[in-house]
Amino acid sequence: MSAIGDQGYLRALPAEPLSPPPARSGMFGWLRVNLFSSPANVALTLLCLLFIALVVLPLVRFFLIDAVWSGTDRDACLASAAQPHPGACWAFVRVWFSYFIYGFYPLGERWRVDLFFLALAFGVVWLSWLSAPRRAIGAVYFFVVLPVLSFVLLHGAPPIGLKIVSTSLWGGVLVTIVVATIGIVVSLPLGILLALGRRSELPVVKLVAVGFIEFVRGVPVITVLFMASVMLPLFVPERLAPDKLVRALIGVALFASAYMAEVVRGGLAAIPRGQYEAARALGLTYWPMMGLVVLPQALRVTLPNIVNTFIGLFKDTTLVFVVGIFDFLRTIEAARADPAWAAPNIAVTGYVFAALFYFACCYGMSRYARSVETRLARAGRQ
Amino acid sequence: MQQDLPRPTRRLGGVAIQIAILLVIGVLAYGAIVNVTQNLARAHIASGFGFWNNTAGFDISQTLIAYSASTSTFGRAFWVGLLNTLLVAAIGIVLATLLGFIVGVARLSRNWLLARLAGGYVELVRNVPLLLQLLFWYNAVLKSLPLLRGSMTFPGGAILNNRGLFLPRPEFGPYFTAVLIALLAGIVAAIGLHHFARRRRERTGEEIPIAGPAMALIVGLPLLVFMLAGSPLTFSVPQMGRFNVSGGIEILPEFAALVVALSVYTASFIAEVVRAGILSVSGGQTEAAQALGLRSRVTLRLVIFPQAMRVIIPPLTSQYLNLIKNSSLAVAIGYPDLVQVFAGTVLNITGQAVEVIALTMAVYLVISLFTSLLMNLYARTTAIVER
Repeated sequence: MSAIGDQGYLRALPAEPLSPPPARSGMFGWLRVNLFSSPANVALTLLCLLFIALVVLPLVRFFLIDAVWSGTDRDACLASAAQPHPGACWAFVRVWFSYFIYGFYPLGERWRVDLFFLALAFGVVWLSWLSAPRRAIGAVYFFVVLPVLSFVLLHGAPPIGLKIVSTSLWGGVLVTIVVATIGIVVSLPLGILLALGRRSELPVVKLVAVGFIEFVRGVPVITVLFMASVMLPLFVPERLAPDKLVRALIGVALFASAYMAEVVRGGLAAIPRGQYEAARALGLTYWPMMGLVVLPQALRVTLPNIVNTFIGLFKDTTLVFVVGIFDFLRTIEAARADPAWAAPNIAVTGYVFAALFYFACCYGMSRYARSVETRLARAGRQ
Repeated sequence: MQQDLPRPTRRLGGVAIQIAILLVIGVLAYGAIVNVTQNLARAHIASGFGFWNNTAGFDISQTLIAYSASTSTFGRAFWVGLLNTLLVAAIGIVLATLLGFIVGVARLSRNWLLARLAGGYVELVRNVPLLLQLLFWYNAVLKSLPLLRGSMTFPGGAILNNRGLFLPRPEFGPYFTAVLIALLAGIVAAIGLHHFARRRRERTGEEIPIAGPAMALIVGLPLLVFMLAGSPLTFSVPQMGRFNVSGGIEILPEFAALVVALSVYTASFIAEVVRAGILSVSGGQTEAAQALGLRSRVTLRLVIFPQAMRVIIPPLTSQYLNLIKNSSLAVAIGYPDLVQVFAGTVLNITGQAVEVIALTMAVYLVISLFTSLLMNLYARTTAIVER
């Protein structure tokens, strides 16, 4: 056996065991794999940490640690000996909070707005909860009952004892929600009609639908709103000239329909030809075929896209600001200009508060869209 | 039974619907025209484009072409506004594309922290309305810059305060065109060199280093001509006055806010487009590239991106169009773009809502169609060549 060691090309001793590969599990393993796998990666991680230290931490300090939480006017938020570097002025938001929600809606009537919010929330939950009972009735409630109910509640109906509240007094989140709701309530049915028109075999119907959709989508939303607010009064007899808010709502409904039509068209395109042919073979004519076979499937697959379009619409409601409607953003601007609250940190505070509101709404909706998408994907695999 | 009807009857129904639609549109249009004429006559507002050649009489804060309130016409104001829109859109598109591609790639990084930061940026910016972001940049950030007295000055002569950023203005001497010609010649020669090197590599497999010579051609040649021509370039540095800054190039805070807001917002959408495009290239492509021995950056540049671009281009185009259309938000902060100057001020002065709004919309429609056309041409050049 000793001859083996003399052979030269063989080891004299057993090889040393290799050290185990770096751990890939556990906290340190995770850090090594995800943050420090190579010199370039280490450099990137350090850069990111530097960014967090220089940007994110000061922001946290400004908005939470140094922030002023209570006070009645600007003095609370100005730099003083007690607070040399005052942060965000949340006291401002607290004082103006009810104005941000209701605008100038009369104090005694605000329960009507609250009731409207409740009725709306009920409809939204009914429609968006996919396994809720009787969703067809929910749709009727949302697209027929709710608009009438909201009009009676918000505008007023003297016969049943609700005083009329002029739309010039509406404001804040109330207007934002009203504009967004009208947008979705009008745009979904109108969008479906336009999408069907675009796929129609009748040349005039197709031309009108394509012309409308392409025109509205080709111009900025602001010009559509301008058109609704300055050209619309010219198109009708003077005594019929609609209210300022109604004009803005018409503008919003117009552009929302055009965008919704494209989304629905995508859903229609996803339905295989066989479905149409099967419906025809069963003897269904155009509307029963669309209403009973094609649209239910098309709307289901396109629900995530509808929600995403609605997120865009919700963000675009801020544009009514430009034609002089007191939406949420406009109330922030108005409150910001109040001399009693003239302080350098008021603008930042107001905008960040508004951003939190919009972010919460839009992010919530996009999470919902994503969950529907995964649910549909699961259903499609089975 | 409906399905037993002979075909002509069904076709007749279609014709009836179409005639009904035409009638309704006709009646609405007729009513609108009658009402417009009556309303305009009552308000004593002229119609037609006769106002086009009248003197405008208002000032515009940023003009790329010569314009003066007392002598220029409404037509001139229209062109000033249009150029301002195009300027903001062009710069916004370049910045948004750069930022969007960086963030989109960063979101797919293997570095956990970087991917999370990029994801946070996208979610935060996408879910907050653009108008709010614009007002934030303008009122909260740029308006809180120091006043004129406390202006920040930078080495090289730039001045920054809440009235804007003032940069030195280059003044070109007599022979400066020669430098430009040299630059052009350098670029052309560098491209030729690149082609020559590639041809040679494909024929013989020999790699010629071209980075150095190309650099010398593009930078060195113009620099040489610049020296020979006697440095025909001077800068007029902005001067601080008592009440204003004079001289130099003025960048309005409205312009800066609009560019920043548009590029930051659009970049978050472009980042998602880029991410989706890269993910659409199947993992086998990366593995094949690695098996061929390509490093990860080369893989990204030569294998992933060329294939991803085909998926990226169409949605990228619609993001560009969105940016151009969104530049009309300028009206909220008073940047003199087409909508602010024409659909705002000119409309208020002349009162001719129909003509002014129609012309403004037509301009955006033309821009939209033109951009789609360009992008379709590009998409055709990058399409898969089937053999």
